[in-house]
Amino acid sequence: MDFPLFHLDFMGNRWLIAIIAIIHVFISHGLAVGFIPMVTLLEFRGFLSRKISLDEQQRWDKLAYNFLFVAFVITTTLGALTGVGIWFSTSLVSPDSIGSLIRVFYFAWFFEWIIFAAEVILIVVYFLSWKKSNSSETAKKRHLRFGLFLSIFSWLTMAIIVGILGFMMDPGNWIVKKNMFVGFTNPLYIPQLLFRTPLAMIMAGVIGLFLASLFLKKENPIRLKAFKFLSIWTLVWVPHITVAGLWYYYKIPQLMVGNLPVAVATQLFQQWYGTLLYTLFGFVALAILISLWTLLKPQRVPKWAMVIPVIGVFIFAGSFERIREFIRKPFVIGDFMYSNSMRLDDYPLLKKDGILPHATYVSTTAVRPENKVEAGKNVFMLACTRCHTTNGINSVVTRFERMYGKDKPLQVEAMKSYMQSMHKVRYYMPPFPGNQAELDALAHYIKNIQQYPEPLEGAQLGGTPVVNYDLDKIEENLIE
Amino acid sequence: MFYHLLQIPVPKDIPLALPLPYWLLVAILVFSFLLHILFVNLMIGGTLFTLWAQMLGRKNKHYNQVAKEIENTITVNKSLAVVLGVAPLLSINVLYTVYFYTSSILLGYMWISIIPLVIVAFLLGYLHKYTWDKMANNQILHISIIAGAALIFLFIPFIFLANINLLQFPEKWGEVQGLFSAVSLNNVFPRYLHFITATIALTGLFFYWFFGRKKYPFENKIQGFGREDIQRKALNIALAATAAQFVFGPLLFLTLPAKGIEWNLFLYIGLGVTAAVFAIVWMWRMVNSPVKRPVNRFVPVVMALTLTVIFMGTGRQFYRSNALATHQQLVKQKTEQYLQLAEEARRLQAEGKLEEAAQTASMGQQLFDQNCAACHQQDSRLIGPPIKEIVPMYEGKKEELIAWIKQPGRKRESYPPMPGFPQLSEEKLDRIAQYMLGLM
Repeated sequence: MDFPLFHLDFMGNRWLIAIIAIIHVFISHGLAVGFIPMVTLLEFRGFLSRKISLDEQQRWDKLAYNFLFVAFVITTTLGALTGVGIWFSTSLVSPDSIGSLIRVFYFAWFFEWIIFAAEVILIVVYFLSWKKSNSSETAKKRHLRFGLFLSIFSWLTMAIIVGILGFMMDPGNWIVKKNMFVGFTNPLYIPQLLFRTPLAMIMAGVIGLFLASLFLKKENPIRLKAFKFLSIWTLVWVPHITVAGLWYYYKIPQLMVGNLPVAVATQLFQQWYGTLLYTLFGFVALAILISLWTLLKPQRVPKWAMVIPVIGVFIFAGSFERIREFIRKPFVIGDFMYSNSMRLDDYPLLKKDGILPHATYVSTTAVRPENKVEAGKNVFMLACTRCHTTNGINSVVTRFERMYGKDKPLQVEAMKSYMQSMHKVRYYMPPFPGNQAELDALAHYIKNIQQYPEPLEGAQLGGTPVVNYDLDKIEENLIE
Repeated sequence: MFYHLLQIPVPKDIPLALPLPYWLLVAILVFSFLLHILFVNLMIGGTLFTLWAQMLGRKNKHYNQVAKEIENTITVNKSLAVVLGVAPLLSINVLYTVYFYTSSILLGYMWISIIPLVIVAFLLGYLHKYTWDKMANNQILHISIIAGAALIFLFIPFIFLANINLLQFPEKWGEVQGLFSAVSLNNVFPRYLHFITATIALTGLFFYWFFGRKKYPFENKIQGFGREDIQRKALNIALAATAAQFVFGPLLFLTLPAKGIEWNLFLYIGLGVTAAVFAIVWMWRMVNSPVKRPVNRFVPVVMALTLTVIFMGTGRQFYRSNALATHQQLVKQKTEQYLQLAEEARRLQAEGKLEEAAQTASMGQQLFDQNCAACHQQDSRLIGPPIKEIVPMYEGKKEELIAWIKQPGRKRESYPPMPGFPQLSEEKLDRIAQYMLGLM
C-alpha cells in the first residue's frame, strides 16, 4: 500500500464497495440485460395483436412503454452512476489492486466502454423514439428492430464484464501470461455467462410482475394476459438457470478447492458455498412460486406478494457478490496481490525489513520502544484496514474476543503467535506481512484499542502523515 | 538539483507496464476528456438555462415553452456526459495512478459523494421534466426542483477541480484535510469561474444552433418569439460569456503556481486566446448585423472556439506534465530501487537465507534495545541525543560509529557522558551500528 489510507472505521471499507456493487448488479441484471429483451417482446406482443384490436395493441404498447420508462429512468441514473461508483470506491479503498487491474485490462475495459456507450445511445434512441414509432407500421417495425439490437448490446456488455471478473477467479494464469484473454478462456467463463443470462431474465421477470401489478388497474382487459405473459417469461428461464447453475456450481469447487491448503479451509468454503446455493434455490423457488401462482390464479395474487421476489432478487445479488468476494480470498488479485493490497512478490522483503521502512504515508518508520503503540497503529492501518475496523463491523477486537473470550483482556503473546500462523487455519487471511517487531507492535496496538477504544481516522478526515524522501539517496543514485 | 523537493512524499508506482505508449495515452486522455467535458458543459448549462427560462416564464408564459425545449436536450446530453466520462477516467487512472488516487483518497468522502450527488441531480431533472403538467399550479415547487438540480451541478465541479488541482502538488499531500482545504489550495476558484463561464458560452452557442436547425419546427413548438429572437438571445449569452473569459482566463493564468509554467505553455495559451479573439469578433458581427440581412459566421465561430478548446486542453496537459515531471522521475527511481530490493529478498528466500537475514536485521534492534534504548530514542532526546541527530554524523562511516560506541568521547557538554561498550563483540557492535544507520 503506497497510498494514503482511506478508512471507514465503523462500516468497514468493503461495505462501501459492496453497497455500490450490489445496487449496480441488481440494476444491470434486472433492469437492463434481462429487462430490455422482455420489454421488446412485450412491444412485439402488442404489435402482433394489432390485427385483433387496436385498443389491445395500444394497451400492450403502453405497458411496454411504462416498463421502459422505469428502466430508463433508473438505469440512466442509479445504474450508470453506480457503474462509475465502482471505479470511484475501489480507487479509494483498494487503489493498488484497481490500479494494477486497469493497467492489465485497459483494452478490455475500453472495449467494454465502447459497447456500454453504444448501449446507452441505443437505449436513449429506443426510449425517445417510442412515441413517434406509433405513427406507422413501418416505424414500429424499425423500432422493434432497435429493441433487438439493444438487447444484444446489453448482453454483450455483460459477456465482456463476466470475462474480466472471471479472470479474478483464475489465479495463476494471469501471472504467467499477463494477458486479458485469459479472462475469457478460463474454464469458468462459459458456465458463469450461461448462469448469469437466465438469472438476469428471471430477475427482470419478477420485477416485471411487480411493475405490472402497479401499472395495470383491475379493470384493464390485458391485466391477466400480461400477468400470464410475464409468468411464462419467468418460468421459461427456470430450466436454463437450473442446468447452468449446477454446471457453474460443480465447476467452481473443482478449480477452487484444489487450491485450498487445508481441510478446515475446504470445510469453511463448503459452508459459504452452501449458503450461496440455498439463497439461489430460495430465490428461484420464490420466482417459480410467484409465477405459477400468477399463472394459475391471476386474480388472487395480492400486490404485496409481488414485492417479495423483488426483495429476493436484491438479497440474491448481494450474496452472489459476497461469495465472489469470498472465493477470491486471501487474494484480491489471484496469486498476485493479497487482500491487504500487498504483492506476493514483496512479501520476502517486507518480512525481512518490515513494512514500515518501505511505507510512505506513516508517522513512524520503525518500531521503537517509545513509539510501539503508534507504530502498531501504522502497521494496523497498512496491513489490516482493507478488511478490518478497530471497533466497528468486522472489528479486529471482536474477532480476537470471539477466540479468547469476551470481556477478558487480550494477551499480546497469544495474539502474536496466532497472527503468525493465522493464514494456515483461516485460509481467507493473508499471512502477516511485516517483521517480528511489527507483529509485536500490532499486538500491543490491538490490546490497546480493546482497553481504550478510539476510532481510527482515515486520510480522508485527518489528512495523512508523510515520510519525506531521503534526498541523499536520490543524489547518490543520480551520480551512479 | 532537487533541493526544492525536500518536503515531499515520493511513493512507489504500481510495478506494471503501461498498456500503451505514454504519448498515446496522453492523447487519448486529452481528446476523450474534452469530449466528456463538452457534454458536461451542455448538461450543466442546459439545466441553468432551463431554470432561467422558467423563471422568466413566470412573467411571460411563452418562456415556459422555451424552458421545456431546452430541458429536453438534457436527457441526451447528460447520458453522453456520463458515458464519455469513462474513457478519460480510465486513462487518467493508468497515466497518473499515483497522483490521481492519492488526491482522490485525500478528498475521500467528497470524492465518493459525487456518485449520490449526480444521481440525485439526475433524478430531480427527470422529476422536473415529467411534471410540467402536474405541477402547473405549483410553480414555485416545480422551479425549486430544477433549482435543486442546478445547485448540485454547480457544486460538483469544485470536487473535480480540487482533485485535479491537488494531484499536481505532491508537496501539499501531507497538509490537506478534506475538501475545504483542498479547494482553498492554489487557484481552484479561478479555475471554477473559468469553467462555469465556458459552460455558459458553450451552451449559448449550442442553443443558437439547436433552435436554428432547418429541421426544427420552431413555430410549432414555441409561440410568442421568432426563431431569430431566441437565437440572438442565445448568441448574446455566448458572446458575453466568451468576453468574460478575457477576465477569468488571465486571472487563472496569473494565479497558476509557477511550478508547471514553461515556455510551451505560453505558446498553447497564446494560440488558444488568438482563436478566441477571432470567435468574439465574428460573434459580435452576427449579433450586431441587421435583422433583415443577418450575418452568419456560425461555422467559423465554432471552428475557432474548437481550436481554443483544443489548445487550452493541450496547454492544461502540458502544465500538468511540467509540474509533475521531476516528481515522476523520483517516483520512477524509487520504484526501481524498491523492486531491486524486493528481488534480492526473493533471492534470499529462494536460497533459504531469508530467516537469517531477518534475524540479522532484528538482532541489531534487539541489541540496541538492550544496550542503548535506555538513553537514546529515535526522534527526541531522552538522556543522550536522539538517533535522528546521531545518524547524519555517521552516514557512510560505520567504522567511526562503532569506534565511538566502543569507546565514546564527549561532544556535548550539557549532556551526561556516555559509557563505553568494549564488552560487546565486534559482530554485535557491527549489528548495532548497521541497525542505527538503517533507521533513518
